[in-house]
Amino acid sequence: MSAHTSNQALIDYTLHLADSSLIMAQRSSEWCGHGPVLEQDIAITNISLDLLGQARHFYQYAAGLINQSADHTLKPATEDSLAYLRDERAFKNLLLTELPKGDWAQTILKHFFFSVYQSLLYTRLQTVPDKDLAAIAAKSLKEVAYHVKWSSEWVIRLGDGTAESHQRMLTAIEELWPYTGEMFRAADYETGMVDPSTLHAGWLKEVQDVFAEATLPMSSESVYMHVGGKTGLHTENLGYMLAELQYLQRAYPGAEW
Amino acid sequence: MSVHELEKLFQDKIDQEIKIEPRDWMPEAYRKTNLRQISQHAHSEIVGMLPEGNWIGRAPSLKRKAILLAKVQDEGGHGLYLYSAAETLGFSRDQMIEDLHSGKAKYSSIFNYPSLTWADMGAIGWLVDGAAILNQVMLCRTSYGPYARAMVRICKEESFHQRQGFEILLVLSRGTEAQKAMCQDAINRWWWPSLMMFGPKDSESTNSDQSMKWKIKRKSNDELRQQFVDMIAEQVKVLGMTLPDPDLVWNESRKHYDFGEINWEEFWNVVKGNGPCNKQRLEARRKAHDNGAWVREAASAYAAKKAARRKTVAA
Repeated sequence: MSAHTSNQALIDYTLHLADSSLIMAQRSSEWCGHGPVLEQDIAITNISLDLLGQARHFYQYAAGLINQSADHTLKPATEDSLAYLRDERAFKNLLLTELPKGDWAQTILKHFFFSVYQSLLYTRLQTVPDKDLAAIAAKSLKEVAYHVKWSSEWVIRLGDGTAESHQRMLTAIEELWPYTGEMFRAADYETGMVDPSTLHAGWLKEVQDVFAEATLPMSSESVYMHVGGKTGLHTENLGYMLAELQYLQRAYPGAEW
Repeated sequence: MSVHELEKLFQDKIDQEIKIEPRDWMPEAYRKTNLRQISQHAHSEIVGMLPEGNWIGRAPSLKRKAILLAKVQDEGGHGLYLYSAAETLGFSRDQMIEDLHSGKAKYSSIFNYPSLTWADMGAIGWLVDGAAILNQVMLCRTSYGPYARAMVRICKEESFHQRQGFEILLVLSRGTEAQKAMCQDAINRWWWPSLMMFGPKDSESTNSDQSMKWKIKRKSNDELRQQFVDMIAEQVKVLGMTLPDPDLVWNESRKHYDFGEINWEEFWNVVKGNGPCNKQRLEARRKAHDNGAWVREAASAYAAKKAARRKTVAA
């Protein structure tokens, strides 16, 4: 692998991590002011803030890498140019993160699937040779540990709560499960970083344990899995999210805010 | 002890600047006034999350998004402290929320105005939080202990919010022509409603005299409003913007700014429910509450199951 392509792979990988956290934050921040109970409104906003913070660290790192490369099309890059001025097809977030917020069950389940995956991924990422990525992962892990705890507790509460909450969790599982496979299927730029397929067994085990306590059934492993987000092939949801997210930067090019 | 003696003891305490605490005897009207005011204040924090929440998704930079999210979250936290303070007066949060949703309880009218551009995030921080702070600084010394203590915590965060709001406008005021216009437009729209936040004129304020005697409030509506005008009239110069009031002028003999007449017809209309967003704000709150009903039920059902299991294990 030449220096150029490996650098591009590192940039793409970092953008992938940044995009997933940003889109997750953008989606969950829709709850701010609209949560089911005040304490949880505050809790999920806290999580949105954590994810936004992670995204910023990754974007800042990616911007530095881009600015150091000889001739990159995204140059000059900043955290904002990367978040606000790339088009839908350039975004590399997981499809799971862009799905509609849905009801509280879907939001909870999405956070549970994602944070368990993130905790396994960041645990490994903190040991990669790239010191910057390792440092961001190490710093984020503390937050992610809380996200896992918070979402697991809610999965259990809703799964083992009322008949209605149980039913809503079943619907959420049906909706979201087909988007979990993508987390563990490597894109080209992941070569040489953490191989996501090696995280799958640990993820399944953790999901299984929490589902058992929540009296929720595991989905079949033979369910068809949607992929594409990592390489810029998204659901129709993302375009609308970016239209909202990027509106001011697009409407007033070059302005400082 | 007779009621008369109790009342005298109560007033003595207030006169000596001793805080009234939840277990102390207090006149029913004092309890009611505090409950009305604290719950109204709590509701204002919660409804106040909506106009700013409206721009979280569209914040123009990641940094601005983070600041705005944290700010709106702080408001939720303020709502929590205030609901807790109000609960010490013997009324549950659920009951207060029910009164908000039925229209029985009020919240600050300012949140019935729409947030139309990004500059509104600056204007709300600078003007709306600025006006709120003057009231809240006074309330840090209010006679009811739990309310005063909640206010001390809240004031620290609010002054931070006001600076952030001003800073949003400062950046816009130094930006492109479109940004400058956006900045001036937001100031124009938020100025008068901010002045209305201090309530009716002293001559027409029904609750004022007794509240002053009980030291629930320590400055009159008009005093606070004047303090606000004096402060903002100076700060707006730093922005190079103007306030939309041709009568605004420094009065050397009074050592205060004179300012124009508030549109009281608009004020009363918004109070009565005819503001641009009254209906939408309440609907948004009701919807969040109603959509959350099954979540709250599930949480209590699970807590009950868990408690029952623990009991079985213990037995």
